[in-house]
Amino acid sequence: MYVAVKGGERAIEASHRLLEAARRGDPAVPELSTRQVSEQLPRAVDRVMAEGSLYDRELAALAIRQAAGDLVEAIFLLRAYRTTLPRLGNSEPVDTARMLVRRRISATFKDVPGGQILGPTPDYTHRLLDFRLADIAPTHAAQGEDTVQRDRLPPQEEPMPRVMDLLGREGLVEDETPAADEGQPPADITREPLRFPAGRDARLQVLARGDEGFLLALGYASQRGFSNTHPFAGEIRYGVVAVAIVPEELGFAIEIGEIELTEVQMVNQFAGSDTAPPQFTRGYGLVFGHQERKAMSMALVDRSLRGRELGEAADSPTEDEEFVLYHSDNVESSGFVQHLKLPHYVDFQSELELLRRLRSEFDPPSAQAAE
Amino acid sequence: MPEATGTDPRSEARQRWMGVLARAGTDALEAAWAGLAVRPGYRMLRPPETGLVMVRGRTGGTGRDFNLGEMSATRCAVQFEDGVIGIGYVAGRSARHAELAAAFDAMLQCDDWREEVKETVIAPLAQAERARRDTERAGTESSRVEFFTMVRGED
Repeated sequence: MYVAVKGGERAIEASHRLLEAARRGDPAVPELSTRQVSEQLPRAVDRVMAEGSLYDRELAALAIRQAAGDLVEAIFLLRAYRTTLPRLGNSEPVDTARMLVRRRISATFKDVPGGQILGPTPDYTHRLLDFRLADIAPTHAAQGEDTVQRDRLPPQEEPMPRVMDLLGREGLVEDETPAADEGQPPADITREPLRFPAGRDARLQVLARGDEGFLLALGYASQRGFSNTHPFAGEIRYGVVAVAIVPEELGFAIEIGEIELTEVQMVNQFAGSDTAPPQFTRGYGLVFGHQERKAMSMALVDRSLRGRELGEAADSPTEDEEFVLYHSDNVESSGFVQHLKLPHYVDFQSELELLRRLRSEFDPPSAQAAE
Repeated sequence: MPEATGTDPRSEARQRWMGVLARAGTDALEAAWAGLAVRPGYRMLRPPETGLVMVRGRTGGTGRDFNLGEMSATRCAVQFEDGVIGIGYVAGRSARHAELAAAFDAMLQCDDWREEVKETVIAPLAQAERARRDTERAGTESSRVEFFTMVRGED
């Protein structure tokens, strides 16, 4: 517990000025614009939007600038801002089959309908620092040149088939069909507190806005044996999808715009149970922006958390939904860890007095006399 | 483009133009508005309001729905003197985008304006959108890859 303290207004104001100066850096260097951040640090913007749980590239870029590049702080700023806005409605579920695909790969089938498209990925780079980007000489891109090859005519725009449907046709993977109670709104953890056992809808909502680092570590742990899910990356796709809503005053769906999403379908082993035949099961990841590491981690953790439902032992931390879901939100984690910086003077005084009393009882009287 | 919930061809047409107006940027709508020979007067029935839309996904892409996260959106409703109501719902926080989308939506419901606005506003915006998507898809297409499996061992 901490007790409110008074005083320090002038020091706090001075601290704000120092913070602003530290954010700005050397005034001789031109200041970044919000647009530069949103255009040139798009992956940072994606992370802030996903974990801030608010898709708005301009606001996320502003938050990153204001937080001087501290992404978790920027996420906090975005979360705080969202509480000031009313909810206008809910979208229709996005149709990722109708994504304008920028990247699409499968690690389970070499030849998949729709093909394999590498898109903008760092996967095949050598991870050597590119000194052309240092200020010495401007690169093509820095000169505003478009260096993308457009030597192939694109085929007719049509839905991209799902890799999972290949397995589905043979009945070798569990079905994913809308709930029997479709029309019942899914759980919304921003409206009602999380309750356990949590439904998969609530779990996916928590994971979609969960801390990338935490989920990455859990996903990694699940691969190393703290779970028993044997994953393959069935399909990873990234691109642009339309968002549609059904306004009450219209009664039919209209598109309001487009967002970038990364979707991951993990295929996992499953031995079967009394009620289900041996078949592949699924872990699902869906994240704002282009964030494959996060979406893959989400899919691994989603599958781990389904252990109980699938009748598995589910005795690892990665399979413990209370452990995972209560600790994946970095705004909450950061708040509770950092609240230790607040004055705990009264609390600590009482602990100190208690310890002095215990010590005086413990230490022999001769030692006390010697002091 | 989502399926129309009804079979009413008028709502299907409206669905289509509202989508085009929403996906176009504020600047493009502003230019289209400025390009009109005659601009209709309207009153604000519901002034632009920025808020959030909860984006939903489906487990596995096809399963039960879940809440993914919110996006910013702005809505607006305008009314012409003769009572026609135009509605704008657009992603983002631009009040002007929502207002112009609503004004064009009202025009497109009026027999006097429909053909002109379809021809001079909606068709060029849709065309620009198609061109943008085709350019992007051509770039994406350049990274299509055929993977080959290497056989290990002597034979």
